[in-house]
Amino acid sequence: MYEGMIAESIRYEGDGGDLVDAYYARPLGPGPFPGVLVIHHNPGWDEATKEIARRFAVHGYAAISPHLFTREGAGTTNPQDASAAARAAGGVPDARMLADTDAALSYLRAQPYSNGKAGVIGYCSGGRQSYIVACNLAVDAAIVCYGGRIVVAAEDLTQATPVPAIDMTPGLSCPLLGLFGVEDRNPSPEQVAIIEAELKENGKDYEFHSYEDTGHSFFSVDRPAFRVESANDGWARIFDFYAKHLAGS
Amino acid sequence: MCTWVTMSTAVSGSGKGPEGEWIHLTDAHVYFDHPQHSVMNHALIVDFVDSSAGPGARLAVELNTESARRLVAAIEAALGAVEPAVLEDC
Repeated sequence: MYEGMIAESIRYEGDGGDLVDAYYARPLGPGPFPGVLVIHHNPGWDEATKEIARRFAVHGYAAISPHLFTREGAGTTNPQDASAAARAAGGVPDARMLADTDAALSYLRAQPYSNGKAGVIGYCSGGRQSYIVACNLAVDAAIVCYGGRIVVAAEDLTQATPVPAIDMTPGLSCPLLGLFGVEDRNPSPEQVAIIEAELKENGKDYEFHSYEDTGHSFFSVDRPAFRVESANDGWARIFDFYAKHLAGS
Repeated sequence: MCTWVTMSTAVSGSGKGPEGEWIHLTDAHVYFDHPQHSVMNHALIVDFVDSSAGPGARLAVELNTESARRLVAAIEAALGAVEPAVLEDC
Protein backbone atom coordinates (compact mmCIF):
# COMPACT_ATOMS: atom_id res chain seq x y z
CA MET A 1 0.00 0.00 0.00
CA TYR A 2 1.37 3.40 -0.98
CA GLU A 3 1.61 5.96 1.80
CA GLY A 4 2.42 9.63 1.39
CA MET A 5 1.47 13.02 2.69
CA ILE A 6 2.26 16.68 2.38
CA ALA A 7 2.71 18.91 5.42
CA GLU A 8 3.24 22.63 5.08
CA SER A 9 2.74 26.07 6.56
CA ILE A 10 -0.24 27.97 5.22
CA ARG A 11 -2.14 31.15 6.00
CA TYR A 12 -5.86 31.64 5.90
CA GLU A 13 -8.23 34.50 6.69
CA GLY A 14 -9.44 34.35 10.29
CA ASP A 15 -11.23 36.75 12.59
CA GLY A 16 -11.57 40.21 11.09
CA GLY A 17 -9.89 39.11 7.88
CA ASP A 18 -6.55 38.75 9.67
CA LEU A 19 -4.16 36.22 8.17
CA VAL A 20 -3.69 33.32 10.57
CA ASP A 21 -0.69 31.00 10.39
CA ALA A 22 -1.50 27.31 10.32
CA TYR A 23 0.18 23.98 9.85
CA TYR A 24 -1.62 21.77 7.37
CA ALA A 25 -0.96 18.08 6.84
CA ARG A 26 -2.92 15.84 4.50
CA PRO A 27 -2.56 12.51 2.74
CA LEU A 28 -1.53 12.52 -0.90
CA GLY A 29 -4.19 11.32 -3.28
CA PRO A 30 -7.64 12.33 -4.45
CA GLY A 31 -9.51 11.58 -1.23
CA PRO A 32 -12.14 11.90 -0.08
CA PHE A 33 -10.58 12.76 3.28
CA PRO A 34 -12.30 13.90 6.47
CA GLY A 35 -10.84 16.96 8.16
CA VAL A 36 -9.51 17.46 11.68
CA LEU A 37 -8.96 20.78 13.42
CA VAL A 38 -6.07 20.42 15.88
CA ILE A 39 -5.97 23.04 18.66
CA HIS A 40 -2.58 23.45 20.27
CA HIS A 41 -1.89 23.38 23.99
CA ASN A 42 -0.96 26.20 26.34
CA PRO A 43 2.83 26.18 25.63
CA GLY A 44 1.96 27.11 22.09
CA TRP A 45 2.06 26.06 18.46
CA ASP A 46 5.03 23.78 18.85
CA GLU A 47 6.70 20.79 17.26
CA ALA A 48 4.56 18.37 19.25
CA THR A 49 1.40 19.99 17.86
CA LYS A 50 2.68 19.73 14.31
CA GLU A 51 3.57 16.09 14.92
CA ILE A 52 -0.03 15.46 15.97
CA ALA A 53 -1.25 17.02 12.71
CA ARG A 54 1.08 14.77 10.73
CA ARG A 55 -0.17 11.76 12.67
CA PHE A 56 -3.71 12.49 11.57
CA ALA A 57 -2.54 12.82 7.98
CA VAL A 58 -0.84 9.42 8.19
CA HIS A 59 -4.19 8.02 9.28
CA GLY A 60 -6.07 9.52 6.34
CA TYR A 61 -7.23 12.89 7.65
CA ALA A 62 -6.56 16.40 6.38
CA ALA A 63 -5.44 18.14 9.57
CA ILE A 64 -5.14 21.86 10.13
CA SER A 65 -3.58 23.39 13.23
CA PRO A 66 -4.03 27.16 13.44
CA HIS A 67 -1.51 29.21 15.36
CA LEU A 68 -3.94 30.90 17.71
CA PHE A 69 -1.22 33.31 18.87
CA THR A 70 -0.45 34.54 15.34
CA ARG A 71 -1.34 38.13 16.13
CA GLU A 72 0.59 38.26 19.40
CA GLY A 73 3.56 36.81 17.50
CA ALA A 74 3.64 39.55 14.87
CA GLY A 75 7.25 40.52 14.37
CA THR A 76 8.76 37.23 15.45
CA THR A 77 9.07 33.87 13.78
CA ASN A 78 9.38 32.12 17.14
CA PRO A 79 6.06 30.59 18.27
CA GLN A 80 7.37 30.35 21.85
CA ASP A 81 7.74 34.13 22.00
CA ALA A 82 4.26 34.44 20.55
CA SER A 83 2.94 32.18 23.30
CA ALA A 84 4.61 34.30 25.98
CA ALA A 85 3.20 37.47 24.44
CA ALA A 86 -0.30 35.96 24.36
CA ARG A 87 -0.04 35.11 28.04
CA ALA A 88 1.14 38.61 28.89
CA ALA A 89 -1.84 39.97 27.00
CA GLY A 90 -4.26 37.91 29.10
CA GLY A 91 -4.76 34.98 26.75
CA VAL A 92 -6.68 34.54 23.54
CA PRO A 93 -10.23 35.91 23.57
CA ASP A 94 -12.74 33.11 23.10
CA ALA A 95 -14.64 35.14 20.49
CA ARG A 96 -11.53 35.54 18.35
CA MET A 97 -10.64 31.88 18.81
CA LEU A 98 -14.10 30.86 17.63
CA ALA A 99 -13.86 33.02 14.51
CA ASP A 100 -10.38 31.71 13.72
CA THR A 101 -11.38 28.07 14.19
CA ASP A 102 -14.62 28.53 12.24
CA ALA A 103 -12.57 29.79 9.31
CA ALA A 104 -10.18 26.85 9.67
CA LEU A 105 -13.11 24.43 9.52
CA SER A 106 -14.34 26.18 6.38
CA TYR A 107 -10.87 25.85 4.89
CA LEU A 108 -10.93 22.09 5.53
CA ARG A 109 -14.36 21.62 4.00
CA ALA A 110 -13.58 23.81 0.97
CA GLN A 111 -10.84 21.52 -0.31
CA PRO A 112 -11.79 19.44 -3.38
CA TYR A 113 -10.69 16.23 -1.66
CA SER A 114 -12.75 16.86 1.51
CA ASN A 115 -15.55 14.45 2.34
CA GLY A 116 -17.39 17.40 3.87
CA LYS A 117 -16.93 16.29 7.46
CA ALA A 118 -14.65 17.80 10.08
CA GLY A 119 -13.80 17.05 13.66
CA VAL A 120 -11.99 19.01 16.31
CA ILE A 121 -9.45 17.95 18.93
CA GLY A 122 -7.62 20.02 21.51
CA TYR A 123 -5.11 19.44 24.27
CA CYS A 124 -4.69 21.20 27.62
CA SER A 125 -6.08 24.74 27.18
CA GLY A 126 -6.88 23.61 23.64
CA GLY A 127 -9.12 20.96 25.20
CA ARG A 128 -11.26 23.69 26.68
CA GLN A 129 -11.25 25.47 23.33
CA SER A 130 -12.26 22.24 21.59
CA TYR A 131 -15.24 22.01 23.95
CA ILE A 132 -16.21 25.61 23.13
CA VAL A 133 -15.84 24.98 19.40
CA ALA A 134 -18.06 21.90 19.66
CA CYS A 135 -20.72 23.87 21.54
CA ASN A 136 -20.74 26.84 19.16
CA LEU A 137 -19.71 25.72 15.67
CA ALA A 138 -20.75 23.08 13.16
CA VAL A 139 -18.43 20.13 13.69
CA ASP A 140 -19.13 16.43 13.24
CA ALA A 141 -17.14 15.04 16.17
CA ALA A 142 -15.22 16.64 19.03
CA ILE A 143 -12.44 15.41 21.30
CA VAL A 144 -11.30 17.01 24.54
CA CYS A 145 -7.94 15.92 25.92
CA TYR A 146 -7.57 17.02 29.56
CA GLY A 147 -9.14 20.39 28.92
CA GLY A 148 -8.79 22.56 32.01
CA ARG A 149 -11.07 25.39 33.12
CA ILE A 150 -14.19 24.02 31.41
CA VAL A 151 -15.53 24.19 34.94
CA VAL A 152 -14.39 27.55 36.27
CA ALA A 153 -15.15 29.70 39.28
CA ALA A 154 -16.82 33.04 38.61
CA GLU A 155 -13.81 34.92 39.99
CA ASP A 156 -11.55 33.20 37.45
CA LEU A 157 -13.48 34.47 34.44
CA THR A 158 -11.63 37.11 32.44
CA GLN A 159 -12.32 39.64 29.73
CA ALA A 160 -10.91 37.17 27.23
CA THR A 161 -12.90 34.24 28.60
CA PRO A 162 -16.09 35.77 29.98
CA VAL A 163 -18.38 32.73 29.82
CA PRO A 164 -17.74 29.37 31.54
CA ALA A 165 -17.34 26.72 28.85
CA ILE A 166 -19.61 24.35 30.76
CA ASP A 167 -22.46 26.86 30.41
CA MET A 168 -22.24 26.37 26.64
CA THR A 169 -23.07 22.63 26.91
CA PRO A 170 -26.67 22.97 25.63
CA GLY A 171 -25.21 24.07 22.28
CA LEU A 172 -23.21 20.88 21.76
CA SER A 173 -24.39 19.39 18.48
CA CYS A 174 -21.98 16.51 17.85
CA PRO A 175 -20.65 13.43 19.65
CA LEU A 176 -17.94 14.21 22.22
CA LEU A 177 -15.00 12.07 23.36
CA GLY A 178 -13.22 13.11 26.56
CA LEU A 179 -9.85 11.70 27.64
CA PHE A 180 -8.56 12.50 31.13
CA GLY A 181 -6.09 11.43 33.82
CA VAL A 182 -7.28 10.73 37.34
CA GLU A 183 -4.22 12.47 38.82
CA ASP A 184 -4.85 15.70 36.92
CA ARG A 185 -5.75 18.74 39.04
CA ASN A 186 -7.10 20.82 36.17
CA PRO A 187 -9.42 19.25 35.28
CA SER A 188 -9.67 17.31 38.51
CA PRO A 189 -11.73 14.08 38.61
CA GLU A 190 -14.40 16.11 40.45
CA GLN A 191 -14.52 18.63 37.61
CA VAL A 192 -14.67 15.85 35.02
CA ALA A 193 -17.64 14.43 36.92
CA ILE A 194 -19.34 17.85 36.80
CA ILE A 195 -18.83 18.07 33.02
CA GLU A 196 -20.16 14.55 32.58
CA ALA A 197 -23.23 15.32 34.68
CA GLU A 198 -23.92 18.43 32.59
CA LEU A 199 -23.64 16.46 29.35
CA LYS A 200 -25.92 13.77 30.73
CA GLU A 201 -28.50 16.27 31.93
CA ASN A 202 -28.57 17.88 28.49
CA GLY A 203 -28.96 14.52 26.76
CA LYS A 204 -25.69 14.77 24.83
CA ASP A 205 -23.85 11.98 23.04
CA TYR A 206 -20.56 11.65 24.91
CA GLU A 207 -17.91 9.13 25.92
CA PHE A 208 -15.43 9.81 28.73
CA HIS A 209 -12.35 7.81 29.70
CA SER A 210 -10.16 8.58 32.70
CA TYR A 211 -6.85 6.78 33.03
CA GLU A 212 -5.32 5.56 36.30
CA ASP A 213 -1.74 6.53 37.21
CA THR A 214 -2.07 9.37 34.72
CA GLY A 215 -2.09 13.13 35.07
CA HIS A 216 -2.31 16.13 32.79
CA SER A 217 -0.68 16.17 29.36
CA PHE A 218 -0.22 12.40 29.12
CA PHE A 219 -0.10 12.47 25.30
CA SER A 220 3.01 14.69 25.37
CA VAL A 221 5.89 12.42 24.36
CA ASP A 222 8.43 15.15 25.16
CA ARG A 223 7.31 15.71 28.75
CA PRO A 224 7.61 13.68 31.98
CA ALA A 225 3.81 13.51 32.09
CA PHE A 226 3.80 11.13 29.12
CA ARG A 227 2.10 7.83 29.96
CA VAL A 228 2.64 5.38 27.18
CA GLU A 229 -0.21 2.97 28.00
CA SER A 230 -2.75 5.76 28.47
CA ALA A 231 -1.57 7.56 25.34
CA ASN A 232 -1.64 4.42 23.21
CA ASP A 233 -5.14 3.56 24.40
CA GLY A 234 -6.17 7.18 23.91
CA TRP A 235 -4.91 7.29 20.33
CA ALA A 236 -6.78 4.06 19.57
CA ARG A 237 -9.98 5.58 20.94
CA ILE A 238 -9.41 8.79 18.98
CA PHE A 239 -9.09 6.96 15.68
CA ASP A 240 -12.05 4.68 16.42
CA PHE A 241 -14.16 7.71 17.32
CA TYR A 242 -13.26 9.68 14.21
CA ALA A 243 -13.65 6.60 11.96
CA LYS A 244 -17.17 6.21 13.31
CA HIS A 245 -18.23 9.84 13.04
CA LEU A 246 -16.18 11.35 10.21
CA ALA A 247 -16.26 8.55 7.65
CA GLY A 248 -18.28 8.71 4.47
CA SER A 249 -18.15 10.79 1.37
CA MET B 1 -2.76 21.91 34.52
CA CYS B 2 -2.54 25.21 32.74
CA THR B 3 -3.14 28.12 35.06
CA TRP B 4 -2.95 31.19 32.81
CA VAL B 5 -2.42 33.06 36.10
CA THR B 6 0.29 35.61 35.44
CA MET B 7 1.89 38.08 37.83
CA SER B 8 3.30 41.00 35.89
CA THR B 9 5.46 43.80 37.17
CA ALA B 10 7.31 46.70 35.61
CA VAL B 11 11.09 46.42 35.79
CA SER B 12 13.94 48.67 34.80
CA GLY B 13 17.20 47.17 33.67
CA SER B 14 18.83 45.16 30.93
CA GLY B 15 19.21 41.53 30.00
CA LYS B 16 21.54 39.63 27.69
CA GLY B 17 20.59 36.89 25.28
CA PRO B 18 22.74 33.97 24.11
CA GLU B 19 23.94 35.88 21.05
CA GLY B 20 25.49 38.51 23.31
CA GLU B 21 22.96 41.16 22.48
CA TRP B 22 21.65 43.18 25.40
CA ILE B 23 18.05 44.36 25.48
CA HIS B 24 16.35 46.93 27.66
CA LEU B 25 13.80 45.38 30.02
CA THR B 26 10.48 47.02 30.81
CA ASP B 27 8.38 44.20 32.31
CA ALA B 28 8.61 40.79 33.95
CA HIS B 29 5.81 38.25 33.62
CA VAL B 30 5.90 35.56 36.29
CA TYR B 31 3.82 32.39 36.28
CA PHE B 32 3.77 28.72 37.20
CA ASP B 33 2.77 26.62 34.23
CA HIS B 34 3.98 24.24 31.51
CA PRO B 35 7.52 25.12 30.40
CA GLN B 36 8.55 25.33 26.78
CA HIS B 37 12.03 23.87 27.15
CA SER B 38 12.73 22.35 30.58
CA VAL B 39 11.92 18.66 31.01
CA MET B 40 9.39 19.30 33.74
CA ASN B 41 5.61 19.15 33.75
CA HIS B 42 5.43 22.57 35.38
CA ALA B 43 7.91 25.30 36.15
CA LEU B 44 8.17 28.75 37.66
CA ILE B 45 8.65 30.85 34.57
CA VAL B 46 9.81 34.44 34.24
CA ASP B 47 9.62 36.25 30.92
CA PHE B 48 11.72 39.40 31.02
CA VAL B 49 10.62 41.53 28.09
CA ASP B 50 10.97 44.88 26.40
CA SER B 51 7.30 45.50 25.74
CA SER B 52 8.13 48.25 23.25
CA ALA B 53 10.20 45.99 21.02
CA GLY B 54 7.83 43.19 20.01
CA PRO B 55 7.39 39.60 21.20
CA GLY B 56 10.92 38.56 20.21
CA ALA B 57 12.46 40.86 22.83
CA ARG B 58 12.19 38.26 25.58
CA LEU B 59 14.55 36.56 28.00
CA ALA B 60 12.87 33.46 29.43
CA VAL B 61 13.78 31.56 32.59
CA GLU B 62 12.19 28.25 33.63
CA LEU B 63 12.99 26.97 37.14
CA ASN B 64 11.77 24.11 39.29
CA THR B 65 9.99 25.10 42.48
CA GLU B 66 12.96 24.63 44.77
CA SER B 67 15.25 26.62 42.46
CA ALA B 68 12.72 29.44 42.29
CA ARG B 69 12.47 29.65 46.07
CA ARG B 70 16.27 29.65 46.40
CA LEU B 71 16.51 32.41 43.82
CA VAL B 72 13.98 34.54 45.69
CA ALA B 73 15.96 34.03 48.91
CA ALA B 74 19.25 34.82 47.15
CA ILE B 75 17.87 38.05 45.70
CA GLU B 76 16.53 39.10 49.09
CA ALA B 77 19.87 38.22 50.71
CA ALA B 78 21.81 40.19 48.11
CA LEU B 79 19.59 43.22 48.62
CA GLY B 80 19.84 42.85 52.38
CA ALA B 81 23.62 42.75 52.32
CA VAL B 82 23.89 46.27 50.91
CA GLU B 83 23.63 49.53 52.80
CA PRO B 84 20.27 51.23 52.18
CA ALA B 85 21.92 54.32 50.74
CA VAL B 86 23.67 52.21 48.13
CA LEU B 87 20.40 50.52 47.19
CA GLU B 88 19.07 53.92 46.21
CA ASP B 89 22.04 54.54 43.96
CA CYS B 90 20.78 52.86 40.82
